[in-house]
Amino acid sequence: MEIHRFEKLWLVAALLLIVAFIGTIVYGALGAGVAMVDDSGGTVDPDDPTASDNFREPGVYTTDDGDVEVYVIARQYLFSPGSTEPIQVPANTEVTFYVTSGDVTHGFNLAGTNVNTMVIPGQVAEITVEFDETGDHHIVCHEYCGVGHHDMRGTVDVVPQSQFEVSDE
Amino acid sequence: MTYIDEFPTEAKIIRWHWGVAFAALGIGGLFGLIQALFRTGYFRDALPITAAEYYTVLTAHGVLLALVFTTFFICGMFVWALTRSFDRELHDARIVWAGFASMLLGTVLATVAILNGFAPGLPFSDSSVLYTFYSPLKAHPAFYIGAALLIVGSWVVGADYFLTFREWRADNPDSRIPLQAFMVLTTWIMWYLATLGVAVEVVFFLIPWSFGWIETVDPLLTRSLFWFFGHPVVYFWLLPGYVAWYTILPKLAGGRLLSDPLARVVFVLFVLLSTPVGFHHQYVDPGISEGFKAIAMTNTMMLLLPSFLTAFTVVASMEYGARRRGGKGFLKWLRSLPWGDPAFAGMALAGLMFAAGGFSGMINAGMNINYLIHNTIWVPGHFHLTVGTAFALTAMATTYWLYPQLTGKQLQHRTLALIQPYLWFIGMTLMSNAMHRGGLAGIPRRTAEPIPDGAGAAVFDPVFGTVSEIQLQIAVGATLLTTSLALFLIVVTGTWLSRPRAGALRVNGDIPDALSGPEDSPRVLDNLTLWAAIAVLLVAIAYGFPLWSMVADGLLSPGSAPIPV
Repeated sequence: MEIHRFEKLWLVAALLLIVAFIGTIVYGALGAGVAMVDDSGGTVDPDDPTASDNFREPGVYTTDDGDVEVYVIARQYLFSPGSTEPIQVPANTEVTFYVTSGDVTHGFNLAGTNVNTMVIPGQVAEITVEFDETGDHHIVCHEYCGVGHHDMRGTVDVVPQSQFEVSDE
Repeated sequence: MTYIDEFPTEAKIIRWHWGVAFAALGIGGLFGLIQALFRTGYFRDALPITAAEYYTVLTAHGVLLALVFTTFFICGMFVWALTRSFDRELHDARIVWAGFASMLLGTVLATVAILNGFAPGLPFSDSSVLYTFYSPLKAHPAFYIGAALLIVGSWVVGADYFLTFREWRADNPDSRIPLQAFMVLTTWIMWYLATLGVAVEVVFFLIPWSFGWIETVDPLLTRSLFWFFGHPVVYFWLLPGYVAWYTILPKLAGGRLLSDPLARVVFVLFVLLSTPVGFHHQYVDPGISEGFKAIAMTNTMMLLLPSFLTAFTVVASMEYGARRRGGKGFLKWLRSLPWGDPAFAGMALAGLMFAAGGFSGMINAGMNINYLIHNTIWVPGHFHLTVGTAFALTAMATTYWLYPQLTGKQLQHRTLALIQPYLWFIGMTLMSNAMHRGGLAGIPRRTAEPIPDGAGAAVFDPVFGTVSEIQLQIAVGATLLTTSLALFLIVVTGTWLSRPRAGALRVNGDIPDALSGPEDSPRVLDNLTLWAAIAVLLVAIAYGFPLWSMVADGLLSPGSAPIPV
């Protein structure tokens, strides 16, 4: 099979580009520490997520090592917590969100950041982040969840560590 | 001889398939305009829909364009490609008609169910579940049955392709498969494999569940089965575009394809790699381990290779044609291309936009950078360049060239036909760049009201430009696109209703052989069974364990009962 030398060059260049792309992702995972949302959150009963051992009452908790855990249940068309009251978390602290759904498939995205996960009934999305700056973030439900989908939103307030008050233990 | 004189039965089959395709294109396109003007806030109050009905419009737009228009157009176009390149009639035209009937019935059922969303007097019930129909949001059973009939109908059409191939093979035991037939058959191998996922999802889970025969389904499992199909379907759209770019475009440019063997290699790569990649739509899904996502990511990146090869061959074939037409210079030859031919212009501009779409696709495929754009308006910005231009504009351009040969009529309104692809290009440039930038700022897709009331644009902060400028570009772009679509429909309808003219058509269907023919390539490339077997193996590797882990805790659990729209 004969391949023109220009095409051979192109082929090699394309392969190098592909390897480089895969390289950026490997670097992102190993170097920059970008973890994928995966199966670590476990599964729950979609009708009653809190009945399961791996999901707590919705709210903000602190762990013994000073990290923060936020449990959120998404339901048509509210994030609980998040919609009726903002989720308050401290800056410069490891914050882990555990998000699940009590009804249909939703999305959970802090606009303009890479906190972004699907919220699937029966599955717990676990995503760990650290906020470098204080300020408010808009929570967007980014997956169509019914006729009121566009009204489903909430807020995460990132406050200085000194102002952070633990609401739950 | 013109195609219609040589293959009157097949020409009629194709015209009917395209008739349905273009009806779906017209309705779906109009819905696209309504969406754009509604969600960007322009004419929001003047439009006759509510925010809730926006999702009905969105469902119809997605289903009619991404599933109905594409499938009917492709089934018809491939009848042409297969019979022309085999130079023989279909094995049994009745089989294709049976497939067509199934697809049409499915389309009608699903469309009526969807339109029920704003006309409750229609049969069935609200089925505004978007074209991804994620459970547990439930549509009427007619919606799922319609989807199944559409898929099964395409299987039946494909069966006739393979029967025709078998018949040809019996008469030509030692010949190489002609290039276009090779492309049709490989595309359909990929299609059979890919549609298994959605067929299992709909037939074994969603239909019984929507009737209440089973109480729950596992939302993660059903969406994974959807994406098993949901990515290869984009290659099902793309490959007919490639058929046109590899076989029709070089001829229109005034030359011929450079390499038949490399075209075959490209299609074989798509057979192998199109399906084991679906998890890249689920990078941010809980319940799927990172390793399986990484396998899908690697396969996805490897899929760039056949598209890069295509870019080379298509551009080189155009340059070859331009130089034969007297083109000179390093880039000056570009001016010697037939930019005044609507079929050429449409395909060339579609190819150019596909390059841009390919680059935004690489971002989507990048597992970690995907966090930034997943489910933002970036994503529809991307696929309006691919299915919405690389496929749709190529399909329209192909129509300008092929439809006269299917009818024996000259193309009417040539000036409108020539304006059409350029208008599409401008409209898509405006709409798509704005959607990409909006997505980077976090503006979500699939929403009737992206900007919260009273909050202004403060929550979304584009890197450059402003939210209102982005909205304006989307609205203007969509308006130009719909205008362009109307021009296309005027040209086709005008041609359809015109009288056949005596004398030769302006176009002819001869396709010159490639510079480097199939004899230069190893025969193993034509071993379709081998490639199909390897493709199945790769799918088993990519999907075996993750699907098993989803069903290991019970096929229907964690289970969700239906929640009506």
